[in-house]
Formats: sequence, C-alpha cells, structure tokens
Amino acid sequence: MKHTIAVIVENKSGVLTRIAGLFSRRAFNIDSLSVGATDNPDYSRMTITVEGGEDVLEQVIKQLSKLINVIRVSELQPAESVERELAVIKVAADRENRSEIMQIVNIFRASIIDVSARSMIIEVTGDVEKVDAIVQLLRQFGIKEMARTGKVSMVRGARVIKV
Amino acid sequence: MPRSKMTGAQAVLECLKREGVDVVFGLPGGVLLPLYDAIYQSDIRHILVRHEQGAAHMADGYARATGKVGVCIATSGPGATNLVTGIATAYMDSVPMVAITGQVNTFLIGKDAFQEADITGITLPITKHSYLLRSARDIPRVFREAFYIASTGRPGPVLIDLPRDVTVEEIEFSWPELHLPGYNPSLKAHELQVKRAAKALMEAERPVIYAGGGIKFADAHQELVKLAKTLNAPVTTTLMGVGTYPEDDPLSLGMLGMHGTKYANLAIQESDLILAVGARFDDRVTGKIASFAPRARIIHIDVDPAEIGKNVRVDIPVVADAKNALSALLGQIQPKPRSAWNAKIEGWKKDFPLKYIPDMNVIKPQFVIEKLCELAPEAVITTEVGQNQMWAAQFFVHKDPRKFISSGGLGTMGYGFPAAIGAKMGCPDSEVIDIAGDGSFLMNCQELATAVVNDIPVKVAILNNGCLGMVRQWQELFFERRYSATILGRTSPDFVKLAEAFGALGLRASKPSEVEPVIRAALASDRPTIMDFIVSPVEKVSPMVPAGATLSEILELEWCEESHAAHVHGIVGIPGSMEECL
Repeated sequence: MKHTIAVIVENKSGVLTRIAGLFSRRAFNIDSLSVGATDNPDYSRMTITVEGGEDVLEQVIKQLSKLINVIRVSELQPAESVERELAVIKVAADRENRSEIMQIVNIFRASIIDVSARSMIIEVTGDVEKVDAIVQLLRQFGIKEMARTGKVSMVRGARVIKV
Repeated sequence: MPRSKMTGAQAVLECLKREGVDVVFGLPGGVLLPLYDAIYQSDIRHILVRHEQGAAHMADGYARATGKVGVCIATSGPGATNLVTGIATAYMDSVPMVAITGQVNTFLIGKDAFQEADITGITLPITKHSYLLRSARDIPRVFREAFYIASTGRPGPVLIDLPRDVTVEEIEFSWPELHLPGYNPSLKAHELQVKRAAKALMEAERPVIYAGGGIKFADAHQELVKLAKTLNAPVTTTLMGVGTYPEDDPLSLGMLGMHGTKYANLAIQESDLILAVGARFDDRVTGKIASFAPRARIIHIDVDPAEIGKNVRVDIPVVADAKNALSALLGQIQPKPRSAWNAKIEGWKKDFPLKYIPDMNVIKPQFVIEKLCELAPEAVITTEVGQNQMWAAQFFVHKDPRKFISSGGLGTMGYGFPAAIGAKMGCPDSEVIDIAGDGSFLMNCQELATAVVNDIPVKVAILNNGCLGMVRQWQELFFERRYSATILGRTSPDFVKLAEAFGALGLRASKPSEVEPVIRAALASDRPTIMDFIVSPVEKVSPMVPAGATLSEILELEWCEESHAAHVHGIVGIPGSMEECL
C-alpha cells in the first residue's frame, strides 16, 4: 500500500540527508521524494511516497517527527487531496511518426517543448497514473530519456498544514 | 546581558561552564590546539584519555551515574572516528552526551585534507542530532541547543563538529534563547489515557510491571516503588532498568528476557496485563515476539512516541515522561490486596531460583559476584559485555537506579572500564567496580594509564575464564562444541603484572578461599586496582531463552557434565596456567 506524506522541514543544509538516512536506517521504502521551497523561506516542503502497511506508515511518521529539523509531518489521504507530477520525456520521433505522437500529446493535454529532426521533448503534468499512462503509450516510439519530479500533493479545501 | 569579545574556543568553554559542565574527557590533536589552549586556561577539569573510545565511554559512564550530560572531546579524522563506538553505545541506551569533535578548516572541508573525516555524516544514524559549525557566531546557540536536546525527552548523544578556523574567530559572546520549532519533547501524560490505564490496572488479576531505563532517566524509581506496592504488582526490569526496583523487595522479579529469571519470564507469559514503563520490547526481552505475553493487554508508557507500537501491539499507549505518567497513575488507583497471583509467583520463586553449583576448588564467577555484593553492597557496578555482564546483573542485589551501568543496546565490549572511570569522576565518594571478562577488559585496558595518572581509584574484577565466554557458551549449546576463535587460554597477559606495569595495584585469586581476601584488599586500596579471578572456564549463564524461542521455553543450564568440563579444561589449559600464576 502506498502512502503520501507531506513533511515541513527547516530549510538548512543536511536536512535531506537526515531524512534519506532515516529511511535507509529504518529500512523504510521510499517510492518518491520531492522537495522545494514554501512560502516561508525558513521552511521547505517534501512530499514523500512510502510503500508499506499502516504500521510502517505510523513508524515513518513518528520517526520523521523525532528529527529536530522536521517541523511537521502529515499524511495526505488520496481522496482528500490533489496530487501532481511533472515529467519531461525525450521521444525518438521522425517524419513518419511525429503526428501520431502529437495526437497522443493532445489527448493527454501535454505539450511539446522541443523538437529536432530525430526527437521531441514532451512535457506532461498530472497525477501519477496519468504520467504513467502517457509514458506507457510513448514507449512504442522509443523513450530516449525521461525525468520525473516525483509528486507533490496538497489537501483539498481550506484546510492547511500549519507550521 | 553584557557582551564580551572572545575567540570561538573561549566561547566553547564559556558555554560548557554555563551548562554546568565540571569535567570533560578527551584527547587533543592538531585542529584542537586552539580549543586545548582555552582548556588550559579554564577551570573545567580535563581528563586526558589514552584512546578516544575511552573518552566517549567515560562521558557515558559519568552521565549514567550522575544524570548530567557527559562531555567528550576528540580531534578530527581518526580522533573523531574513534568516538563512534562510544557514541553508538550512548545512542542505543539513550544516554545524554555531547561529543565535541575537531574538524579541518572550513575552507578545507571536502578537499580530503589531512585528518579530515565527515564525522557528522558518519554519526548521522547514531546521534540524536548533530551540528557542523560554520561560524563562531553560532557557538552559543549550538551548544545551548545541544545540551538541551541531549538531556530532554528521550536523552541521547549530540555531536558538534568544530572546524579549526571557527575556534580562532573572534565573536561577541551572548547567550541566546532556545528556539527549536521542530523539537517539543512531549512530557505530560494524556489524562484520558491515564484513566484507561488505571482502570485496566485495577481490573487486572495477573499484572506485571515491566520497567526499563526510562525510569532512571526520568528519576521515577520512587513512583515505581509506590505504584507496585499500592497494586501489589510484581516488577521485572530490563537490563537497562536493573536497580530501578529494589531486588531485595518481595515484589521484585529481577530481570526478564534471555538471561532473566525463570519466574519473571513465566510471570510475563501468564500475565493478563503488562505495564511497560520506559522500556522498548527489545528482542532480548521478548523472545519470540508472536508468542510474547499471549494473554496480556499491554499498557506502554514511553517518552518517545516512536517506541509505542514499534515492536508489539499496544492496547493503552501513554506518551509521557515516566515520572509524570506514574505520578498521574498513582492519583487514580487504590490499594489492591495480595492475590492468588502473588502466591503463584512466590511458588515459582521457590521452585526456580537463580542458582549455581558451588565448588570448593574452582572459583565460580557467580560466587565472586555474590562476594562483591556482600562486601560492597553500595558500590556502583559497571560491566563489560557477555557472561560477566549477565552474572553481574543476576547475582548482585541491585537496589539503586544509578548504580548499575552497562551497555545494553549495543553490547559494547570494552565499555565497563572507561565507564567506571567516568562514573567515579561523577561520584567520587562511591566505590566503583567494573565487573569484567578477560576478553573485554583488554579492549580498553589502556585507560589504566588514565586512572593512575589522574588518581581515579576504580576497581576492576576480571572474571578470568580464559575464553570469550558468552560466544563459547553458544558454541557449546548450538554449534556442537566447535570452539571457533573463543578460547583465549594462555594468550591473555598476566593481569597482575599488567596492572603493575601501569602503576596500578594487581591482585589475584585462584581458589575460592582467596576471593574474599582479594576483594577486601581491593576495597581497602586507594589506588586503581585489578582483581584477577581465575574462574571456571565452563560455567554458563543460566537460565537462558534460546534466540527466537518463547520466554517460557527457558533452559536451566547450570549442570554441566564432568567429562565435558574436562574437555574444555584440556583446551584452555587452565590448571597449568593457574599454577603459573601462583
């Protein structure tokens, strides 16, 4: 079972190492991890996807909360939150198949951000399943390179994760 | 507050003084020259060790004996890495410690400079927190935070890495307020949870209190005694909890787990309610986890929420400092009379006491411990790790929470002797005795120089059985007596001469009748003293729950076959070496 947790951390050097170190030491499985700024320059926000049962999730949250630089940890229930991931995908594309690829791009409301005689870079944003789906479809043309951000997630409605 | 200008090194000493530090344990090095220059001019006592591992264990022993934060200092690179085992030991046993390491100049960090090691990286998984200082301006804040973090909540070691240029930078010293938004050690028990726990305790017919090291750190032993007496509930302790409940009290079950008493383990397995306080259901305590306490509901009090539910399912969790939680519980319970449960436990105690077979000719290690207890009942006991540790836990009657000091979680051989030096620095008026083995004592015997030079009169009782006894015991029981790399025999040095070479007093007992005179002589000595007890090489720690077995499957091992005894004697050559010793 996959769980998504949002972690607000102090924006200091070494914090990412502490979090990654904790996951490896406690043998927790990280599926994805994304990190970036928040509105407050003192804090960063991580979205971490972990694999495991409820007991693992409980330990992950408690152990993360023990780190001095971690301000807040909360689980994001999939039904109550929105999630997005961005991917850029370099696909082998020539005159023959370029239009077919563009059709797929349109269907997924993705966009083409670079074109050359033998390749295209496609940018797609959406939930993880959507990104997985377009990747699956593009695979037939040959994916030369791909970079995914890992997902970011936020609770729907007016509720916020207080710092 | 008036501000004054000083160097980073002077600021470090000022911080230590403000935190109430009176002694530090360390060894200097190139990058620490400015800091040691400041130490030279300070009135904080510095104990020069002979290996940094010793410094870490001394700070640890000092902290466990006094409850204060222990401080150790090591230089960059190898000095810092030598602390690692000591830091890990303190981390596993939740000991408040601040480790200060030197680091190369900030502009050299990452360049593989001489004696550079990424010590904050290396110690990341074994510290409660750590800092790499980049500017002397941060020194007051970082030291204040470090001592606060090390000593509050669930205590633990904090490391401060101190680059050389930071120690010479000049700053205006000012003592900051604490600001740690991500650190709120939760201390107060939730009222509703306390009510539920109290109700469960009042309803239970076969309760057992299972107390751990958390009682010591929270200073909650008086509350523990009161609670047990009010409920007439038996108390068993973990190795870390030894001494938190007086073992001469009728409600005491002694230690539980792998080498616990049979009656403690039976009580746990038959119990209908376990009250765990400041303990963490370690595998050496629970045995096979699936069949641990099958009939019991579990109340778990711990200051660290992550411990609750980590190893066992918990019915009533209480996140709180043990003292706070037990006080709250005491307000909610009424006296309960003695019950059939108490009678049943008394029966087990009669049927399955801790025992060994006395011998007229060969010193039994348990006999040495009993004699030590008889002649120095108030002593602070430290231990090494292995059989010596288990016998010290079993056969000394522990009554004081801070008088049994042992590496429980990490199981560090070589811990006991430096820890004894640290404990003696913290409690100079107490007799401090390290109960050691001939294997483990050698791991940090260089600290004899520290004890002699600084006139720290600790006593060491070596239970010299000529082997790495605990591993040998397992080989005997589970590896068909193939004693791979566990027989030390004649390869150990003459411990009496070793003591004398360092300027300490060395004494030896080779027969049971010599045990008492040797102990008396050691206790009468005002010098560091080593007692070399030539003990039976085949004695096993009993009883024993084999690894992975259920607690009730506990084996009594004290009867060893004569023929087998002879076999091991043959390997060890003890009779010969004993004669040589005489």
